[in-house]
Amino acid sequence: MEQKTVVLGVIGSDVHAVGNRILDYAFSQAGFKVINIGVLSTQEEFIHAAIETNAEVMLVSSLYGHGEMDCRGLREKCQETGIGNILMYVGGNLVIGKQDFELVKERFLAMGFDRVYPPGTMPEIPIADLLKDLGITHN
Amino acid sequence: MQAVLLIDFGSTYTKVTIVDLISEEIIGTARAGTTIETNIMDGLKAALAQIPEPVEGWNFIRKLACSSAAGGLKMIASGLVKELTAEAARRAALGAGARVLEVFSYELTTQDLDKISASQPDILLLAGGTDGGNKEVLLKNAEMLSRLPTRLPVVIAGNKVVSAQAADLLRKRHEPVVVADNVMPELGVLSVESARLAIRDVFLTHIIKAKGLDKAEAFIEKIMMPTPAAVLSAAELLAQGYGSERGMGELMIVDVGGATTDVHSIAKGDPSKPSVMLKGLPEPFAKRTVEGDLGMRFSSEALVETTGKRLLDYLGWTEDQVACQLGLCKEDPWRIPKTEEEAKFDVAMGRMAVSLAVDRHVGTLEVVYTPFGATYVQHGKDLTQLPVIIGTGGVLLYNPGASEILQGAIFNPNEPTILKPQKPHFYMDKEYILAAMGLLREVAPLVALRIMKKYVVKQ
Repeated sequence: MEQKTVVLGVIGSDVHAVGNRILDYAFSQAGFKVINIGVLSTQEEFIHAAIETNAEVMLVSSLYGHGEMDCRGLREKCQETGIGNILMYVGGNLVIGKQDFELVKERFLAMGFDRVYPPGTMPEIPIADLLKDLGITHN
Repeated sequence: MQAVLLIDFGSTYTKVTIVDLISEEIIGTARAGTTIETNIMDGLKAALAQIPEPVEGWNFIRKLACSSAAGGLKMIASGLVKELTAEAARRAALGAGARVLEVFSYELTTQDLDKISASQPDILLLAGGTDGGNKEVLLKNAEMLSRLPTRLPVVIAGNKVVSAQAADLLRKRHEPVVVADNVMPELGVLSVESARLAIRDVFLTHIIKAKGLDKAEAFIEKIMMPTPAAVLSAAELLAQGYGSERGMGELMIVDVGGATTDVHSIAKGDPSKPSVMLKGLPEPFAKRTVEGDLGMRFSSEALVETTGKRLLDYLGWTEDQVACQLGLCKEDPWRIPKTEEEAKFDVAMGRMAVSLAVDRHVGTLEVVYTPFGATYVQHGKDLTQLPVIIGTGGVLLYNPGASEILQGAIFNPNEPTILKPQKPHFYMDKEYILAAMGLLREVAPLVALRIMKKYVVKQ
């Protein structure tokens, strides 16, 4: 298959770097070209990176509880900048406190994300989902 | 004696420098008005005549030149995202010594084409997409540019996957079309060297002739590069040294002119404090910026406008006083200050120009508050620890208040997020030889380095 490109980063004023490295490694091992924009990334940085590299998906991490604020409007900005159809996945500790994940998921889906993952998700799950979403039947 | 003649065909003056390779000394320097309208050789001969000729006559073993005459090397760059490939293309053009007239991002429109036609650049630099990334923009822009009414040299430095295809589209209309490596092969990786060389090559093979500078090539060997590229090359040599001859280490060169203020830095600019995170596009080690709105004469109005109250406070003058002086500058761009007031105004203007130009050249520090406390994010180069600043250019060299002007480059504690040098030593390019030494580097790098170390003097 032609190597598919993913943009990976931690959104907002969030400096959690460990999970970011793990995801970078896991997606690279799975055969993707990973454009890792790292921690403290703005919505604009995700979008600019995706435009230049012609990425298929944005993998947005948020670990510090402010994910909802940071992710709001991302889909609309993608639409405005001509990449409205890009896949968007989000995962991590997206909200503060013990909230029902199904409700959290619903809110992020409504924001235009294609996949939403709860805390503690292993990288294999989004990788499998991405292969499916891209219509790639592996090996 | 082994005399080498080095010439800088400037926009205003033709400057000549003669050096002796054996004694490693400057035999003479002189300047005369550049004569591009008639014959470029007239100005050169007039300058050369001012240096006393030895009885046996000049016997130059090399004759080399650089040029910023006839408008310099005018370029227009285009890329995809403004902050990414468009910015990378702009930096590549600046590093090649160009005057960047315009930078376009995303797809070119018919209005953009009109602008290109109107501003008549010497070279177009076309970037867009990382290698294997976005393909559409390079192809679409190449297709658009093939509709331009005028034929132009084009350098392509975009997504390598479609570069050749874009070149084919462009060749229907333009000549030459040169393909260089991508200015941004991977996201956030800046790679300007190949584009720089391609631009220089086109300059040598096409632009010199188009500007009528080739008339000089019967007498001299070659016009080797645009003047700013020669200065940047000299700066690199002076900083890094050559072989076992040591350089001066990381440094900055400030050149205040009548129309622009140029700043060159040869420095990595990594964070000087721990726990600072670097963000944004990496900066080239040898970085050049040009501020078109910061000049002492032709852009003096823009300079006063930009600095506003800062200039008034510095001078302690009223707005009317400044307006009156400004009028004099506009009336006669070549005036040399006669009264104490005029001299004071000139120094203040120079200092503001330096201050703002260095502000824009250096990086910034931003405090980001996270739930775990404050974190620092740096964009651009941290030059707070930079040890050396060198002043050059007519305004600084012939002004008794030069040191005061250069002080504008120093870190301001009231603006601690602008990472300017905190305790630099100041040097002056007294004999105005940096461009000449950039040329000499091409044939005798060690001598060029030693001459600079001798003639660039500490203040």
